[in-house]
Amino acid sequence: MITAVIALAALAFVAAFGLAIAARVFAVPHNPKADEIEEALPGANCGACALPGCAELAKRIAEGKADVDACPVGGEGVARAIAAIMGMEFEGGGDRKVALVLCKGSDQVAAKRFFYNGVFDCNSAALVFGGDKACTYGCLGLGTCAGVCPFGAIEMLPGGLAIVDPDICTGCTKCVAACPKGIIKMVPASRNLHILCSSHDKGGVARKHCKVACIGCMKCVKAAPEGAITMDNFLAVIDYGFEIPAEVAGECPMNTIVVIGEAAVAGEEPTVAVGGDA
Amino acid sequence: MGRSKFFGGVHPSYNKGLADSRAIVEIPMPEKLIVFFAQNLGVPSQPVVKKGDEVKKGQVIAESGGFVSTPIHAPTSGTIDSIGIHPSPVGVDASAAVIIPDGNDEWFEGCSAERSSEGLDADKIKEIIHDNGIVGMGGATFPTHVKLSPPADKKMDILVINGAECEPYLTADHRLMVEHTEGILDGAALFAAVIGVGRVIIAIEKNKPDAIEVMRKAVASRDGFSVEAMDVIYPQGAEKQLIYALTKRKVPAGGLPMDVGVLVQNVGTALAACDAVRYNRPLIERVVTVTGSGIKEPKNVLARVGTRFEDLVNFCGGLEGDAAKCINGGPMMGVAQYSLDAAVTKGTSGLVILRQEEVAQFVSDACVRCGRCLDACPMGLNPSALSIFAERMRFEDTNEYNIMDCIECGCCAYVCPSRRPMVHHFRRAKAEVRKLQKKAG
Repeated sequence: MITAVIALAALAFVAAFGLAIAARVFAVPHNPKADEIEEALPGANCGACALPGCAELAKRIAEGKADVDACPVGGEGVARAIAAIMGMEFEGGGDRKVALVLCKGSDQVAAKRFFYNGVFDCNSAALVFGGDKACTYGCLGLGTCAGVCPFGAIEMLPGGLAIVDPDICTGCTKCVAACPKGIIKMVPASRNLHILCSSHDKGGVARKHCKVACIGCMKCVKAAPEGAITMDNFLAVIDYGFEIPAEVAGECPMNTIVVIGEAAVAGEEPTVAVGGDA
Repeated sequence: MGRSKFFGGVHPSYNKGLADSRAIVEIPMPEKLIVFFAQNLGVPSQPVVKKGDEVKKGQVIAESGGFVSTPIHAPTSGTIDSIGIHPSPVGVDASAAVIIPDGNDEWFEGCSAERSSEGLDADKIKEIIHDNGIVGMGGATFPTHVKLSPPADKKMDILVINGAECEPYLTADHRLMVEHTEGILDGAALFAAVIGVGRVIIAIEKNKPDAIEVMRKAVASRDGFSVEAMDVIYPQGAEKQLIYALTKRKVPAGGLPMDVGVLVQNVGTALAACDAVRYNRPLIERVVTVTGSGIKEPKNVLARVGTRFEDLVNFCGGLEGDAAKCINGGPMMGVAQYSLDAAVTKGTSGLVILRQEEVAQFVSDACVRCGRCLDACPMGLNPSALSIFAERMRFEDTNEYNIMDCIECGCCAYVCPSRRPMVHHFRRAKAEVRKLQKKAG
């Protein structure tokens, strides 16, 4: 009995001694600020900052190798918190950017070329003649973007159309990279008038493929301030540097232009709201 | 000799009886031809014609885009009506020229002139083969002159002329072997001379006894030529499987047949090469098997490149019953078409039209780990794991499991009790792995 106690005590002593030496010799220099910063970061490890994860970004910021607003996901709030940890003044960043799916062609309004029965994934579907939609530019509606969104900001509408909730979207751009059609764009969160079409088909063709396609009639171009909407190969494109009055949306004969967040009837709650601080 | 044992493989219903006794017939000149500019594996050809141009039969309408590329020739004389995007039978919308034939079918200067192959050296023959746009006609459309140009350190000793035609339904190669025996053998002799091999094997599956018989008779007078009757198993005609069955040589992972000293050429390619060298005739027509239960009169049709599928169908008596699915190529590796507006390319070996009751709409399920696909995969891969990785978008893992060695033969999907769309998963994964490799440099 006594031998066992002594033996174990001796063993514990030797092990403790070893650990004490190891702690000295193999000590990793650690910046306590990095821990605090990591705490302040969203912690989704989404990779939007192009670094392996939040811990790595925190380390870089603590070392002064990255800016306090280097996390595109955290936005202004996180940047302020990190600036406080670093003892710096944060002057406030630019406009927050959110993802927007530039297609309105759900199954109810957009024609299909064939019946697709393959892998339920947009990138796989795009391998088969570019997808089943007659419009070769449109949303394939199989939800690959929603699948990669680390924040659950993308919802698939019943008609096979992806829609981003700008309040939840953090601007990590994962969906932009995942979309095989390249129709998800980053737009300033403060803007709420959008042209939801990506088709460069000529008017007649576009109209045949989809009831809400941009047909290149240029009515919006004329109604908007000069230069705010321009034509790019039969497609009207917004320059988000301009403020465009909401009335312009009413000019569109195809209902392609939407004003997000605007209540259809006064007094009704807006279905999707845009803007606000992160 | 029962020599044909490669690992794996499946035995689908062959249904070759629909068309294998029908002699090749030429389709009358259609009202319009749609000629695609990308008709070879590798670099697409560069168009050199514009809307409104008059072209002659055999005139170059698109030039080689690089070494691994071939020119495209006008299939007849006529006018370029338009250049635009059309559904290409390989599953993409691609750029093509629409040619309205003028009916004269007049050859371009210098084309279709007889020439003696005596005194032509290997480089000259390769040049002629390239200039006449010859590509692998088994379906892969790899430029033939590239295959004939192995690096100096690769010593070749066997030429295999591939007449296995293991795809169900297709009988185009079968008919070519029966009807153009000498042409194929002359083409084979040309290939053998270019790469300097003395041994030529004509490999034919045993389900084509008449082809084996005529070939055996024809090779009797030729030195170094032999005919091998191969067991009937899919994919016997796949390059690497055929080489193993014949020579027991294994092409290394990621390697080419030339790594084991073998060159494989399809019978149609041999015939096209023979025509190119002997008559300076570019590759502007090919035999297409139009078959399946959904077609009234299955036929082996000699069709110009650019012939629309609709014209082929009409030539074969039109659709029969509730025809529901149209496949470019065979049912194992072919691509389902959504429009009969697609047109014949250099790689179109068949058009299979199936009826509704033969086209089951599967709902695919989770993998049950039964392991049947591992037994069926002729490349010895693990399709089960690969499909699961691909589904979970773990593309680095698919690369670790050698997805790039997949030949997309479809054996795994054929045996899968969960009806998983295996090849579709793999095509996606391969595209992603190629992207990753490009990124890594």
